[in-house]
Amino acid sequence: MSAVSVPAHRWRPPPLVANPWLRYALIGGAALYLALALGSVEVNWARLSDGWARGLRFISGFLEPNFSRRWDDIIQGMIESLTMTVTSTVVGIAISVPIGIGAARNVVPRGVYFACRAIIAVSRSLQEIIVAILLVAMVGFGPFAGFLTLSFATIGFLSKLLAEDIEDIDPAPVEAIRATGAPWPSLIAFGVLPQVAPRLLGLSLYRLDINFRESAVVGIVGAGGIGATLNTAIDRYEFDSAAAILILIIAIVMASEYVSGLVRGPVK
Amino acid sequence: MLTIAGLSKRYAKGDKALDDVSLSIPAGQVVGLIGPSGAGKSTLIRCMNRLVEPTSGSIRLGDTEITRLGGMGLRRARRRMGMIFQEYALVERLTVMENVLSGRLGYVGFWRAFLRRFPQADVDRAFAVLDRVGLMDHVDKRADELSGGQRQRVGIARALVQEPDIMLVDEPTASLDPKTSRQIMRLIVEVCAERRLAAIVNTHDVALAQMFVQRIIGLKAGRTVFDGPPEALDTDVLTAIYGEEDWSRTIREAEDDAVEEAAAEDAVRVLRVQATPSAVARTL
Repeated sequence: MSAVSVPAHRWRPPPLVANPWLRYALIGGAALYLALALGSVEVNWARLSDGWARGLRFISGFLEPNFSRRWDDIIQGMIESLTMTVTSTVVGIAISVPIGIGAARNVVPRGVYFACRAIIAVSRSLQEIIVAILLVAMVGFGPFAGFLTLSFATIGFLSKLLAEDIEDIDPAPVEAIRATGAPWPSLIAFGVLPQVAPRLLGLSLYRLDINFRESAVVGIVGAGGIGATLNTAIDRYEFDSAAAILILIIAIVMASEYVSGLVRGPVK
Repeated sequence: MLTIAGLSKRYAKGDKALDDVSLSIPAGQVVGLIGPSGAGKSTLIRCMNRLVEPTSGSIRLGDTEITRLGGMGLRRARRRMGMIFQEYALVERLTVMENVLSGRLGYVGFWRAFLRRFPQADVDRAFAVLDRVGLMDHVDKRADELSGGQRQRVGIARALVQEPDIMLVDEPTASLDPKTSRQIMRLIVEVCAERRLAAIVNTHDVALAQMFVQRIIGLKAGRTVFDGPPEALDTDVLTAIYGEEDWSRTIREAEDDAVEEAAAEDAVRVLRVQATPSAVARTL
């Protein structure tokens, strides 16, 4: 074999930012900001060591969770939370599907698109806790406020993801259905929804999980459910009861994760 | 049946896809539309049912001026035009029957369609066309379980169940093997003959078009450069449509019906001169 002499071409992948000055300025700026930001965080070592002891008590509570002391409260809180979760998820989905369709650029006129995107933006920009505080102030303590909060939060989550999924569908079947002279609702029902159905099911089950976890959080600000029970336990330094509640929440979330896996598996 | 006059389409980016196209298709005539990629074949077909909005010109289906319709009128006109697509354009997750019944969506109210409670007359029609295209054994299969040829049969059934006056067929065989392509093309031509449907068939397969259609229209850069019977299609015409190339082996010779062979190896061609047709079949 005779080696053919080919002049060596050096090759490097092209840099993300073509201008070298801009590139090094960006890297330097980011490093400088990070250093300054870390320097501005005041670390209070005394409080950290105090908190350490409380944290240990909390963790030791976990090692011997006490289910019995607040069992009745726990059961009532769980029932409230589960009710809140299921109802808010169902209502949230029922509202999300039309809004999600309306927020998909490829199936609606621009006006509808912007209106639905605005609803989603409002729902997403308000965090659950803030909504819960507002709604507790409006409708009073209890699971009704939690139900409203979680329904509202579900709309932002589900509509946005559904809309993005609809924007990614294969346009050919939609065109084919449109060519049959189908009216718009039938076009959606036959051309669009079948394409996003598995994803919608998956997102709904995922949102059920999230709503259950959030039901514990919104309870802390007075919107009922297991969160209220958890809050009481922590306020009274009953870390063993709090641990029992947290263990139950984890167990239920894991169980629902498992079930949603079972449901989602065969649906393709 | 269908009359197009002075049809032009300019896309937003400024390129002219169709430039003053005029043609007329009588009932029952199957027309092949050929031309290079980007010549405007798909645009022309999609202008007819206004999936693409023409910029100017007139399209008349029977007595209806398609270009002026809006809303309900346009949907009624679309019901009269069955469309068949290159990649079948089926809803993959729906069953064969649901895909075929979707051809009746222009006639059926939303709730009946949504709940799959189609009128019995529509279900009867769907079974009849499924029987015609030979898919009675696959009625409740999901569309994505079928082979390419079977999927295109579903596409044909969906167009037929509309009971249209004209078929708009956009590269029906582009994703199919040569044998299936012929079967599908033959099926389209047969059902059009049975129902006296006019049809416009876009295709890149000139030889296949020559075999099956009664008239060929050549489109180049948005203009019609040929309109005549398949026999009139010679190397000069193909050069006019597609540009300079050796076309001698693309076109069907009068006595030679087997078009794919034209593209086969030289050795086989030599053999064909010497052997009988059946011997060739065994060799191939």
